[in-house]
Amino acid sequence: MSTSQTSPRAATPTVTEPAARRARSRARLRRRLTPYGFLSPTGVLLIVLMATPIVMVVGYSLMDQVITNKNPAFVGFDNYAEVLSDPVFYTAVRNTLVFTISSVIAHFAIGLGFALMLNSPYLSNRTKAGFRMLYILPWLFTVAIIAVLWRLLLNPNGVINYILGSTGLTDGRTEWLSGTGTALAAVTFINIWSGYPFFMISLLAGLQGIPRDLYEAAKVDGAGVWAQFRNVTLPQLRPIIISMALLDFIWTTQQFALIWMTTGGGPINVTEVLSTFTYKLAFTQYEFSVASASAVLVLLMSMVLAFFYVRHQKARD
Amino acid sequence: MSNGARVRRLVAVTGVATLALAGCSSGGTSSSDTATGDGGSGGESVALEFQQWWEPELPDGAFRGLMDKFEEENPGITVELLSGPYSSTKEQVVAGAAAGTMADVVGLDGAWVSDFAKQGAIADLSSIMKDVGYDDSQLASQVQVGGATYMIPVVNFVYPMFTNDALLEKAGVSAPPSTRTEFADAAKKITALDDNTYGWVLPLSLEAPNGVQNDVMSWTWASGGSMLKDGQPALTDNPAVTGTVDYIQGLWDDGVIAPGSFTMKEQDKVEEFTNGRVGMMIDSLAHVNTIREANPDLTFSISAIPAEDGYAGERGIPYASWGIGVAANSAHPAEAFKLIEFLMSESTNSELSSIAHAFPGNTEAVPDFVKDDELFGAAFDIYKAGYPANEFTGLPVAEQLMRDFGEQFQKALDGQQSMQDALTAAQKAWEAEF
Repeated sequence: MSTSQTSPRAATPTVTEPAARRARSRARLRRRLTPYGFLSPTGVLLIVLMATPIVMVVGYSLMDQVITNKNPAFVGFDNYAEVLSDPVFYTAVRNTLVFTISSVIAHFAIGLGFALMLNSPYLSNRTKAGFRMLYILPWLFTVAIIAVLWRLLLNPNGVINYILGSTGLTDGRTEWLSGTGTALAAVTFINIWSGYPFFMISLLAGLQGIPRDLYEAAKVDGAGVWAQFRNVTLPQLRPIIISMALLDFIWTTQQFALIWMTTGGGPINVTEVLSTFTYKLAFTQYEFSVASASAVLVLLMSMVLAFFYVRHQKARD
Repeated sequence: MSNGARVRRLVAVTGVATLALAGCSSGGTSSSDTATGDGGSGGESVALEFQQWWEPELPDGAFRGLMDKFEEENPGITVELLSGPYSSTKEQVVAGAAAGTMADVVGLDGAWVSDFAKQGAIADLSSIMKDVGYDDSQLASQVQVGGATYMIPVVNFVYPMFTNDALLEKAGVSAPPSTRTEFADAAKKITALDDNTYGWVLPLSLEAPNGVQNDVMSWTWASGGSMLKDGQPALTDNPAVTGTVDYIQGLWDDGVIAPGSFTMKEQDKVEEFTNGRVGMMIDSLAHVNTIREANPDLTFSISAIPAEDGYAGERGIPYASWGIGVAANSAHPAEAFKLIEFLMSESTNSELSSIAHAFPGNTEAVPDFVKDDELFGAAFDIYKAGYPANEFTGLPVAEQLMRDFGEQFQKALDGQQSMQDALTAAQKAWEAEF
């Protein structure tokens, strides 16, 4: 630290004080920047993989004939007007809601039922392990396999029709996936089948975390099975149920592969959902601008759901 | 933690972030570099990229063998095959055209040509042929947009009628039907055999709507009719089209069409026929080998698609092509055209059609299988007796036109509207696309 040999007392305060201040402020700056440094990889990835495509799609939705035309022109909200004036868009919204709401309710009901069964003290551990494996199976298949499997099962000449026909429940000729009256119900059923294990596993984890003494206290108070379920189990599971339901709602509204591989949105528009509607605009009609507008509308709807999810999570914290 | 350690950590973290960003951007650059090809440097050797779905559909190594032959004959040009399934080829070409990274030579389907030509993605072959002095008299057909050629069909797969001999015989039908009345009659008899057999199979999936072309409009073309008038849609006030849709509605009402039509695709149709559940179908000759392999016991014949009663003119026979075109942004159009010239030459075209079991795009070429195989021989006779007809080839958004029609047609079959209303609605949708 000895910078001067002649008059240390006089020189040191004038030279070192600003330098020390600078060093201190640099250190403060570093301290303040360090967290941003840690965050920067995620930030960069978010910008490259999320923000950029979203901004591009929003930009596309305001232009005319992007991608297929080298010099697209700005058209304002014309593409949005086109999407919103298309009756098929409303059919797709309605179908998406029916598909999603039915799926989420059924996922919850079946998931809870199976989770309660797997958590039951009346079954031996071995039986429970067997059932656990059986119930989780649908979740292990990829969408492509689920689609092929159910297309074969629900084929007019398939196993389901054979069983229903031979037991006399139907005439055995139902066109499950190609009949206008049954297709939406059929794809919803397939989605329910493939998605309930996720609910089941989460609820089972929740059930296993409920303290036994709560049930014992309820029993002491004279509560029966139903009263215990209503006043202990359900309130304890409530945070999990709400989170799962919101997540499932968001995921199911975006279901594309299953519908595309089973019905392709048909017959006519009976199973058209927002994702297939947008895909067709982009990749069969090459209307990338209109498809972008539709995608932005879907994004806005998803953001409303995401808002509720985040608010719920915050409330929990 | 000391300030020095903090700074080091900050530098390290920022470095990782920069690397991640650089990794992403360098990925983008390298893909476009590859697509431009080595020949961009103007060196002696030119590397052509050829994107198609043909290689996976041919016996192992067969198509590469042809490319090796081309490379031998044309020293200094190498061909890199970019192969994928049919459905993804189209999407890749669309994306490649938008990003300017399209392969030099691309396999095309006639239904895509108008869109790609309009997009400016594929080159005008007429002017390239003129520049290189190519004589196009041997080409069986060319797909044009606005008077200029954009695609040359290399080989054609025709769609005749397949009939299950055993089922027909069992139903008391002595020969494959040749008129609509005979067909309807045969279909009824086959359906009456038992609960699980049907006369005909009609795939109308909107996801892959080519059933409208191959299984519906083919009836119109087989009787010399057309769905266009002066290049514009003519679905209404057109007895040829009305006759076809009314006829199919009749078959539908008679219950002779296999169930599941509305979401059925081409492969489901072939499966129904292969398993012996339907007596008759209209299908590509490309599936003959698949059917034979899947069910060696099935005996079937091939005949022309039945025409209107009393029609004696030439029958249009639907076809699908493996077409070829050159990317508009190719740096080597002359070399790219050399590859096309090679594929269209009499000997190569014969060889390719032989291994693909397709009919040649060169008028002089004769594939081997026509002489060796009775079924294909019969098909070749049908092909020569009629004319290849596929009015969707070269139309704008051809697949969407099929889907528009299919949607209205399904509504009519489902009883939601009359066939006349379906044609009016489809006409309106088509006019909007044109």
